[in-house]
Amino acid sequence: MKFAGTENYVATDDLKVAVNAAATLRRPLLIKGEPGTGKTVLAQEVADAFGMELIEWHIKSTTKAQQGLYEYDAVSRLRDSQLGDEKVKDIKNYIKRGKLWDAFESDKTPVLLIDEIDKADIEFPNDLLLELDRMEFHVYETGETIKAKNRPIVIITSNNEKELPDAFLRRCFFHFIKFPDKETMKEIIAVHYPDIQQMLVREALNIFFDMREVPGLKKKPSTSELLDWLKLLMAEDLPLDVLKSKDPSKLIPPLHGALLKNEQDVHLFERLAFMSRRQSG
Amino acid sequence: MLTNFFYDLKDGGVPVSIKEYLMLMEAMQAGCANYSVDDFYFLSRSAFVKDEKNLDKFDRIFGKVFEGIEFIGDEEVEVPEEWLRKMAELYLSKEEMEKIEALGSWDEIMETLKKRLEEQDERHQGGNKWVGTAGTSPFGAYGYNPEGVRIGQKEGRHGRAVKVWDKREYKNLDDTIELGTRNIKIALRKLRQFARKGEATELDLDGTIKATAHNGFLDIKMVPERHNAVKILLFLDVGGSMDPHIKVCEELFSAARTEFKHLEFFYFHNCLYERVWKDNVRRFNDVTSTMDVLHTFPHDYKVIFVGDASMSPYEITYPGGSVEHWNEEAGEVWMKRMTDIYQKAVWLNPIPDTHWEYSHSIQIMKTIMEDRMFPLTLAGLEDAIKALR
Repeated sequence: MKFAGTENYVATDDLKVAVNAAATLRRPLLIKGEPGTGKTVLAQEVADAFGMELIEWHIKSTTKAQQGLYEYDAVSRLRDSQLGDEKVKDIKNYIKRGKLWDAFESDKTPVLLIDEIDKADIEFPNDLLLELDRMEFHVYETGETIKAKNRPIVIITSNNEKELPDAFLRRCFFHFIKFPDKETMKEIIAVHYPDIQQMLVREALNIFFDMREVPGLKKKPSTSELLDWLKLLMAEDLPLDVLKSKDPSKLIPPLHGALLKNEQDVHLFERLAFMSRRQSG
Repeated sequence: MLTNFFYDLKDGGVPVSIKEYLMLMEAMQAGCANYSVDDFYFLSRSAFVKDEKNLDKFDRIFGKVFEGIEFIGDEEVEVPEEWLRKMAELYLSKEEMEKIEALGSWDEIMETLKKRLEEQDERHQGGNKWVGTAGTSPFGAYGYNPEGVRIGQKEGRHGRAVKVWDKREYKNLDDTIELGTRNIKIALRKLRQFARKGEATELDLDGTIKATAHNGFLDIKMVPERHNAVKILLFLDVGGSMDPHIKVCEELFSAARTEFKHLEFFYFHNCLYERVWKDNVRRFNDVTSTMDVLHTFPHDYKVIFVGDASMSPYEITYPGGSVEHWNEEAGEVWMKRMTDIYQKAVWLNPIPDTHWEYSHSIQIMKTIMEDRMFPLTLAGLEDAIKALR
């Protein structure tokens, strides 16, 4: 069982090694990187490559670790008790399974994605230490212990909004997805749009990487934005020389809305265009 | 070898533990590294490095420990032609060159040179590991011979331009180098203190259960949501010697503004005196008396000064020392009043801490702050936050 990327996903060598190590030892794999470099997609692709089910757990600022295990719905039990419902006698009726429980009880080895773990409270990762280490947890309300039938492959993504505790990090493999270079980017585009013209790709990539070099951008465009932009370019069927033109008055690339996501950056580009026009004029 | 590597990492400041070492062993046993140096590099990196800011450190140490390991065991050493050409210029005297040219073709020249180099090789190293020993040999990468020709770095035997860890792609992620608003925000977040205050909007489950059990009917209790309750007073030095540091101060300021709900900021020049201001354009008209600041904000505010503290020592210690106006009381007195009221106070200095000892005024200010002066880097900021907590 080796992960080697899929037909929809270009994995670099270091990423392959990290995924394979995590899959072999069944330790969590922590993925960090710039937004839009394919952190979340990776879990889907790993699941596809291994032919496994993907269980996704998206973390929000209000998510508690306990919710991943199970939740005890005390309020509806209280309500039922007032209505004299028969259900109320068995506490099991009010235990709601979480994603981790689903992953542990699954008959076939699943891939569990814990997405954007840094969004949650700072203590969140610590609360999952034992559960991810031993792959088991205890349900206090019913007294049963849930143990993983097959240790799932756990993939955790983080956007670095909070630092993760050391004890948690020590149990993970770590991979930082760096921004792809031009060659890798070409591969990624080929995977997504196989019939795109080579010329278009080359011109678009040049513009894209030049754009990332512009100092002072609030949000540099990333892979997913490049892919969107290419899609737009293809849909609009713009003549190729629009991209190629070195006319300084057209410094802002066509359909830039797909690449620049905030108005300060667009202003910055307009200012640069204005300045270069003045220089040439 | 591996144990040495582990300790080198630890000494080099990469936070590694036995747990990770064992994990690496386990992965190696399971065959994850597959006997290739590159795979081993990727695997050990993924096991040992848990934060991208440490990737550069890791690369450097890996390069040092395993330098040249790629070439051990290679029986025959290929000498690239380009190198030979360069070598020809370096190692053959003019007469020799002429003689060889008389011999005829370039191939023959190469043969002669190759022989020479092999001799030289044996003399220097006694083996054929001609790359990577970084010693006195005139050829091979990383050597100290200024005329040496870089072989290993220019063209590896595996068709790779540079060894991966030699590329040091993660250089700018090292936290002692760069400070962006995002990083600052993450650092500032550590200062959060949560408290429940204000409108009750959340269901208090425990309270509800307790009240219901107590009363015998469903009695819902609500609690206010948790908020960050930490309060900050920020004093920023502006003008003069602070001009080169504007960018980093701006970043700190914008990060702090979005992070803290209770943030008050004031400007001062060089040292704190009897007045501060909020708007730099109207700094001479619209001033706030420092006494008012002391009286307005309770002592549980945390105070952060940002300034280079680089001035004439008189500006701190003598009345009338200020460069802008006549101050009745010395800056020192005002600083003391500040630190007496606000127990939690730090000074952030954009000047690197290695230069501090050369400036008398920085030393004075550091003493006034009871050593709670930190460099304005991410690491310094984290230390400052620790002191504020």
